[in-house]
Amino acid sequence: MERVHEKYEAVIGLEIHAQLLTKSKIFCGCSTKFGASPNTQTCPVCLGLPGVLPVLNREAVNFAVMMAHATHCRIEPLCRFARKNYFYPDLPKGYQISQYEQPLATGGYVEIDRDGGTKRIGLTRIHMEEDAGKSIHEGSEDTSLVDLNRAGVPLIEIVSEPDMRVPEEAVEYLKSLREILRYLDICDGNMEEGSFRCDANVSVRLVGETRLGTKAEVKNMNSFRFVQKALEYEIKRQIDILEGGGRVVQETRLWDTDKGVTVSMRSKEEAHDYRYFPEPDLVPVEVSKEWQEEIRKRLPELPDEKRDRFIREYDIPAYDAHVLTSSRSLAGFFEECIKEYCKPKVISNWIMGDLLRELKISGVDVEESPLRPAQLSRMIQMMDEGIISGKIAKTVFEEMYKNGKDPDVIVKEKGLVQITDEGEIEGYVERVIIENPKEVEGYRGGKDRLLGFFVGQVMKLSGGKANPAVVNEMLKKRLK
Amino acid sequence: MEEELELYRKTIHELHGLFKKREITSREITGSVFERINEVDTRVRAYLCLTGEKAFAQADRADQIIRDSRSDVSPITGIPIAIKDLICTKGVRTTCASHILHNFTSPYNATVIDRLESAGYVHPGMTNMDEFAMGSSTENSSYQVTRNPWDTDRVPGGSSGGSTAAVAADECIAALGSDTGGSIRQPAALCGVVGLKPTYGRVSRYGLIAFASSLDQIGPITKDVTDCAILLKAISGHDPKDSTSVGLPVPDYTKVLGREIKGLRLGIPREYFISGIDPSVEGCVKEAVRVLEGLGAKTVEISLPHTEYAIATYYIIATAEASSNLARYDGIKYGYRTKDADDLIGMYMKTRDEGFGPEVKRRIMLGTYVLSAGYYDAYYKKAQQVRTLIKGDFERAFQEVDAILTPTSPTPAFRVGEKTADPLQMYLSDIFTISVNLAGIPGISIPCGFTGDGLPVGLQILGRHFDEERILQVAYAYEQTTEWRKRRPEIEVRN
Repeated sequence: MERVHEKYEAVIGLEIHAQLLTKSKIFCGCSTKFGASPNTQTCPVCLGLPGVLPVLNREAVNFAVMMAHATHCRIEPLCRFARKNYFYPDLPKGYQISQYEQPLATGGYVEIDRDGGTKRIGLTRIHMEEDAGKSIHEGSEDTSLVDLNRAGVPLIEIVSEPDMRVPEEAVEYLKSLREILRYLDICDGNMEEGSFRCDANVSVRLVGETRLGTKAEVKNMNSFRFVQKALEYEIKRQIDILEGGGRVVQETRLWDTDKGVTVSMRSKEEAHDYRYFPEPDLVPVEVSKEWQEEIRKRLPELPDEKRDRFIREYDIPAYDAHVLTSSRSLAGFFEECIKEYCKPKVISNWIMGDLLRELKISGVDVEESPLRPAQLSRMIQMMDEGIISGKIAKTVFEEMYKNGKDPDVIVKEKGLVQITDEGEIEGYVERVIIENPKEVEGYRGGKDRLLGFFVGQVMKLSGGKANPAVVNEMLKKRLK
Repeated sequence: MEEELELYRKTIHELHGLFKKREITSREITGSVFERINEVDTRVRAYLCLTGEKAFAQADRADQIIRDSRSDVSPITGIPIAIKDLICTKGVRTTCASHILHNFTSPYNATVIDRLESAGYVHPGMTNMDEFAMGSSTENSSYQVTRNPWDTDRVPGGSSGGSTAAVAADECIAALGSDTGGSIRQPAALCGVVGLKPTYGRVSRYGLIAFASSLDQIGPITKDVTDCAILLKAISGHDPKDSTSVGLPVPDYTKVLGREIKGLRLGIPREYFISGIDPSVEGCVKEAVRVLEGLGAKTVEISLPHTEYAIATYYIIATAEASSNLARYDGIKYGYRTKDADDLIGMYMKTRDEGFGPEVKRRIMLGTYVLSAGYYDAYYKKAQQVRTLIKGDFERAFQEVDAILTPTSPTPAFRVGEKTADPLQMYLSDIFTISVNLAGIPGISIPCGFTGDGLPVGLQILGRHFDEERILQVAYAYEQTTEWRKRRPEIEVRN
């Protein structure tokens, strides 16, 4: 950033909408499955027919409470739904059932990694609401179509405190939230498909100033990269206005991906008056202590807890623990391996290096890995037992990943067993010495570095199977 | 013989007795009711739509059930029950008497219709009402004006005026209405029939097209108190589709009928006998009080001090909820859509302008206003606080008394057109019924005499939450001691 920008700091707060993975919608029994043909997952209730009433899906509350627990929020003893009134074709009732004055949970936090340490981002509230349908404008010039399959899919809105100061923190926060949601298995966190959506409130002020500047709300950022770019753009835009002697206006702005800019959508004066009032068709929800405890018991180990435990229990570096706990399934894979053969750091190296690379290349998730944890552990054990060398292990790994066979089978089929028989190795050593008289002379003349060359040659002749330690010893003796 | 020809004049319990003796069929009753409709409905105009085909098919099914059954069938089996045009009935046009729903045929049944259907009722048709139940005379219907069978120059009251007129004119055996601020009880009083608004939560609202969700209840409109008890039981009970319906068991309401009322304490609220009340109405109600005293009840003067705020409170809460409930009529999914609009906003505005009548628009605007930023606390929030006070008035009163007696309406039926120019005057028609909805308690209106002009007067009896048994007990005791129910209107049919 330019010099002048260092005088300023940004203040960022995020509002996240996460679609919950309940089987049915929040106020009716319709399926929430993504991708069905338009309007096939609807009923009188989610179509907003005259006379229908909502009935709260208890599982949606369970999921929301899980998230509240996981983010250290206070779960309110009594929460209430409210109607948010506005007209839009994909909003069949003319109001969205949401929560307003009495949300489900308040006052939590999420920890993000910053500069080697951690920073706490405060949560203002978590509340439940229903999703709207989708308007489809493609296909015709003068008509739009409405698909109400999504109408009534449960959402939680997670509102942060304005605790972030740079776009990177916002992205880190988003990633942490998504990780928690995925750990809890309550949201698939797909930003492109819209199951995890982010709006940002952004303002800037001079460093040292404690009052907040005028904010703009930025919408339509459907990837982590766009969040980063949109925030960078918006912060610079606001600083430029202030530097030019102007004033930031309070408004809602849309991120334009193609142009890489934010554009004004509506000003404060044009903002909707949603006329919230308590939803009379639903009774207040009392999440009792017993109910809270019941859900707490369902909570899996969360990313932070798992990370700490990995460091403590397996004595691996913090960096390794961080990578291995980036998803619940990867952490699971690691622990499965350890159960088979307890060499945490070696296992970690193979997972972080070879396994993640292969998964990335084939574009699959660790759950779909053709290589099973027991196989990786066995391979490492075979190395330790001297059956295969590290070099052969690489080949074995590739084979295992390719066709899912056990390492013992691969080693046997391909004849990859390490040669430790000194007689056989001696033959290769002799041949190398005869074939490379110049190098032999050089080595004997003091060029110790050439040892590596001889080892390489022997390994080559043996097809990589010779035990490197034996080769080393033998060469040193023979070349004296 | 004369009596047997006039099956349509009979009550549910009389017809049920005849069914049990296999003396008549539902087809005969249904035929009789439709004959009566043909005879008088050109003048009364109670029905918006007749469903003869459905009715006779249901009647035949009911006859089959009655023939095949060894044990008792439901008292509802084979009985033609008219339905107010805001209770969704599968395959039947359900319009709320609004142009905006002129073409809406419901693809699903309201829970009360499901209940009546499994009891084997017969559906003669949908009855007229004030558009979206907003009004006290049924004159706000987009389609037609219903006449009071006792004087066809007068209104039947409203908003369930079609249902009460149909019952009074014997165009059905009983009917369902809905009551948000008096819409069952006031027209029942004006038409000389029995109408009961159950406790909020007693009857499922699923499928009742909402006016004001926290006040609406469906209830029975019948020719006598026994039928009222029978029909109330048939429609009551918890419904998993309505979170505000309550899981308390439903008693057999007919069991309390005939129990003596000696020693019961009946409250007479001082605030309900005010200036402006029609003297003949006051006279009839006071006479009714004396009759009940004669039966051994003890009357006590009580105070409901926040009564004077009820109308203002009601018109804030009801309109606020209505403004939101009626947002779905936007021309997008069903119902009326304007023929010409340039853009989305234009389409919304023209559709709603052309689709809603003036009273509905007035209330949507009022409700939108009271919920607006900056006004919410002063209006909606304040109104909710006053509502709590009104509820408190009744709670205190019911610590002293078992039931409360009041007039149902300050006046008897007024002339068609008399109050249409003055909405506030019209709103005062519900002055004695509105508090009951705000408090959520049950209330019944029963005939208690006639004015000098021969217009019926209603007595309102109010009870504790979920104590419908008590008000039915008192109503029945009164009804059995008097002869009012035997008087029937002479309907003057002219063209």
